[in-house]
Amino acid sequence: MNAEVLQAPAVEEQFDDPTQQREAATLGMWLFLATEILFFGVLFASYTVCRVLHSEGFAVASRRTDMLLGSIETAVLLVSSSLIALGVRAVRMNERRLASWLFAGTSALGISFLVMHGFEYHKEYEEHLVPGLDFAQSGANAPAIELFFCLYYFITGFHSLHVFIGVVVIGVLAIRIARGAFGPRHHTTLELAALYWHLVDIVWIFVYPAIYLIGRAG
Amino acid sequence: MNPFHMLIPEASSLAPRIDALFWVMVTLCGLVAAGVFGAMMFFCVRYHRGHRADRTGWQAGSLGVELTWTLVPFALFIAVFVWSLFLFADARTPPADADTLYVVAKQWMWKVQHPTGQREINTLHVPLGHAVRLTMTSQDVIHSFFIPAFRVKQDVLPGRYTQLWFTPTRLGTFPLTCAEYCGLDHSKMGGAVIVLSPAEFARWLKLHGTDLSLAARGAGLFRRSGCGGCHGSNSTVHAPALEGVYGRPVHLADGATVMADERYLHDSITLPNGQVVAGYAPVMPSFAGQLSEEDLLAIIAYLKSISVPSNGGEPP
Amino acid sequence: MSAADPVMAVPNFLDRDYRLRAWLTTHDHKRIAILYALGITFFFFLGGAAATLIRLNLITPDGALLKAQTYNKAFTFHGVVMVWFFLIPSIPTTLGNFLLPLMIGARDVAFPRLNLASWYLYMGGGLFTIAALVAGGVDTGWTFYTPFSTMFSNTNVFLVVAGVFITGFSSILTGLNFIVTVHSLRTRGMSWFRLPLFVWGIYATSLVMVLATPVLAMTLALIALERGLGVGVFDPSLGGDPLLFQHLFWFYSHPAVYIMILPAMGLVSEIIACFVRRRVFGYRFMTYSMLAIAVIGFLVWGHHMFVSGQSLYASMVFSILSFVVAVPSAIKVFNWTATLRKGDITLEAPMLYALGFVGLFMLGGLTGLMLAAPALDMPLTDTYFVVAHFHYVMVGGSVMAYLGGIHYWWPKITGRLYSESWARFAAILMFFGFNLTFFPQYILGYEGMPRRYYSYLPQFQVLNVLSSAGASVLAVAYLLPILYLLWSLRYGERAGNNPWNARGLEWQTRSPPPKENFLEPPVVQEAYAYDQAAPNAGAPPNIGTQVSGGGPGGGTASGGGAAPTGESLQ
Repeated sequence: MNAEVLQAPAVEEQFDDPTQQREAATLGMWLFLATEILFFGVLFASYTVCRVLHSEGFAVASRRTDMLLGSIETAVLLVSSSLIALGVRAVRMNERRLASWLFAGTSALGISFLVMHGFEYHKEYEEHLVPGLDFAQSGANAPAIELFFCLYYFITGFHSLHVFIGVVVIGVLAIRIARGAFGPRHHTTLELAALYWHLVDIVWIFVYPAIYLIGRAG
Repeated sequence: MNPFHMLIPEASSLAPRIDALFWVMVTLCGLVAAGVFGAMMFFCVRYHRGHRADRTGWQAGSLGVELTWTLVPFALFIAVFVWSLFLFADARTPPADADTLYVVAKQWMWKVQHPTGQREINTLHVPLGHAVRLTMTSQDVIHSFFIPAFRVKQDVLPGRYTQLWFTPTRLGTFPLTCAEYCGLDHSKMGGAVIVLSPAEFARWLKLHGTDLSLAARGAGLFRRSGCGGCHGSNSTVHAPALEGVYGRPVHLADGATVMADERYLHDSITLPNGQVVAGYAPVMPSFAGQLSEEDLLAIIAYLKSISVPSNGGEPP
Repeated sequence: MSAADPVMAVPNFLDRDYRLRAWLTTHDHKRIAILYALGITFFFFLGGAAATLIRLNLITPDGALLKAQTYNKAFTFHGVVMVWFFLIPSIPTTLGNFLLPLMIGARDVAFPRLNLASWYLYMGGGLFTIAALVAGGVDTGWTFYTPFSTMFSNTNVFLVVAGVFITGFSSILTGLNFIVTVHSLRTRGMSWFRLPLFVWGIYATSLVMVLATPVLAMTLALIALERGLGVGVFDPSLGGDPLLFQHLFWFYSHPAVYIMILPAMGLVSEIIACFVRRRVFGYRFMTYSMLAIAVIGFLVWGHHMFVSGQSLYASMVFSILSFVVAVPSAIKVFNWTATLRKGDITLEAPMLYALGFVGLFMLGGLTGLMLAAPALDMPLTDTYFVVAHFHYVMVGGSVMAYLGGIHYWWPKITGRLYSESWARFAAILMFFGFNLTFFPQYILGYEGMPRRYYSYLPQFQVLNVLSSAGASVLAVAYLLPILYLLWSLRYGERAGNNPWNARGLEWQTRSPPPKENFLEPPVVQEAYAYDQAAPNAGAPPNIGTQVSGGGPGGGTASGGGAAPTGESLQ
């Protein structure tokens, strides 16, 4: 049932052949990922500078984040990355059904990541930790805590936006895999989507220790 | 040294040295520019279509030629860089015997404090031939202290102290301008640097003298703000002693060690819980908003004065 | 041009569907280039209007024309519009978009829909900026230094910052598109070292656009955040660091100036080669130097901060690197000059612009060397010396190159010839007007007149008046091309394929080109093969194998030169 001949994707008119199209798309995605690294790089640089300037305050603020949820989110993303990698492999092996489920699983894990993050945000809101929204902390470290959470919301919010986009795209791809849009010889879109998802995961791997763990060492 | 002295005077010890580098560069760059322009025009005329000239032997490239005009400019650049390196290092290193004056910039004026207590707004009186070091901070946005005739400029930042030094070498009045855009009246934030002979300067100090030197004013603020209540020797609150603190290393609660310079002292008063001393609790209240930048400088001058061995009482 | 020629029945890209909707939904890189050109021209004159106000106000020392606040808004608007809405996009999005696929023998760029999206982003960002103007303008300077921009300015900083943020994505996506295009879509036989230097210039520029612009985007976002929430990333009274902003800002904004100059450098090489009828001297050195400028350009940003409070050691490092980055630029100036030697030179308007570029860019670059030495930068920074320096490289450099390119490729894009005598007159007028405007500013800077001053000390008046007089000449010189170029669209003589008898694949197709760019596969030669005959004009020595009809819409017959020969322009 997985062995029927699939329709080759159309070659757009600026390309001479499918190989050229595939190479162009892949190069384009890698370049896009490079820009993403620079986007997040600025945020990490700013965070690092502010952390050095306010080491005590940032440590205190970091202890107010929810490490349990943060750790589960990390595990969830790591698992989702392996699922999508397996999914691409499944497409290469022409196992359409399995691939579709794996992509759907990735998307579902992404959704669970966003839900857990939503719980975190809600809890922090109730503890008056959201700058600009009823922020109320006292004590000498209050400005540093506000700065920490401002950067926290910017970085994790920006990251969550990327997760959301990934969830939607991968979900759509899961459906299209099930409908036979991809096969062992034409699945470039899936590989590029997986690349994007891996980047999203890698960014989180830097976010997690920087935000959740710094105040909890020792 | 400056052939165009009518353009702008050289009125500090640094100015002729900077002008020398400047005019050497102008000459070198001028020669290069003349060479290139000349070659371009020559070629455009000689090899214009219709003009008979020898066009044989044309080459599309030549490694030797390329390397020559890569390496020769590079060598010249290195020479200029090294010259500039020494000059800039000197420009940033005040002599040990420089008098320290304090400048607070705010939108849109310059407030100057002499160590002997005189205060000025938008003017700076200095004696001829004595090195002067300015320690500067801003109350609001970034400004820049610029004396064109002295060839010195330094940005003045809020939240930190920057420094600039010069030795005036000519009598007279020289414009002082703000050189970093700071809002509405940036163009109006100017003034004058007035260089007087040492005798005239002493007379000026006497005429505008106050009873209090800067350090003495700082001591008064220290008392009135209640600093001695915790930092005094017979206080019940456990607070670091401040005699001798300036210029010494301080061990902080998070394990780091910092030098107690002007900025450290400033931040200890305005953001005390940012850098807590090891072995002490973070209980010091912040005085940000209660003490102006000038007041903080006066207190710092006082703390400096109790950090040097007493040798006749001249404040640093 | 025989009317019976069946090839003539194919419409060119302009004629092919006149409806507005066809233009606004086009995927054709040539149409997108023209859409950009309209926007770019509009913003150029908007920024120029601000400049007019500035120079008029500076005629008198007391700044009688404008109030201080209005003046501050004028120079901010001038900077923002000219940098982000004119200089950075100009050559890449107009001439780059139009020519890149043609020059490499492709049918379009790699991602045409992304290309159209980039244009919408550009216009969208522009809309925000105009909204900021309507909302009363912004008074922070185009550099947005903190804490003034975040904590003190009472103007609508958010709108401008949002506009630039959005336009930044246009830059990133365009750069991404161009890099992939050059890598993937070169026609057979077009190897890397046969590429025209303009393509190399666009390629190097695109690398910088892709890697530097994201930093700007996030920095602007942090400003907006700080302004909105007052959190203290950059505000020292809350424990932040204003120098952090400067580092982040200049990390982008220095490479940004190389985005402005690299396409111009590539473009000038094309023009000089054509009007000297020679290969550019030292082709490989020219390509490597453009790449070197792009890479080293990322390492020099601290030279904007020598007096900012940055450490002595950091200043030293940035200084030596700034000297190093000048070396490849010097190589290029010498190579252009050497290309002239033993050539067969004519001085049409594009050549006048190109030669003007070489001279003025060189002067600007040499003064940049002076500023690279911190000891000299100390008295000169934040004065009119710096203003003169960057206007020499950006206006005497990039803008002149841009105009030269517009003239050079005007016949190809529009199919019309412009009036050569008017064009030469405008070019020469521009050269004189430019020098009269900006050379006095070097002197003003050395004398100590700071920048961003709406009133100044009386002794600076004479030079300011000279500068303003020059600006009026410059204004005329910029308006003239609008007039005669537009006139040529209706009344200009029609152009053939190759009016300049130039080399390069774009000259092997019709003027204007058809939508698919090439009806027959173009013939690839070595770059600047002026010592050989132009293809399709006799018996060309053919070293590139012709593209076999692999994709849809490609050529039909083998390249036997069915296209009509170009008329040369005399």
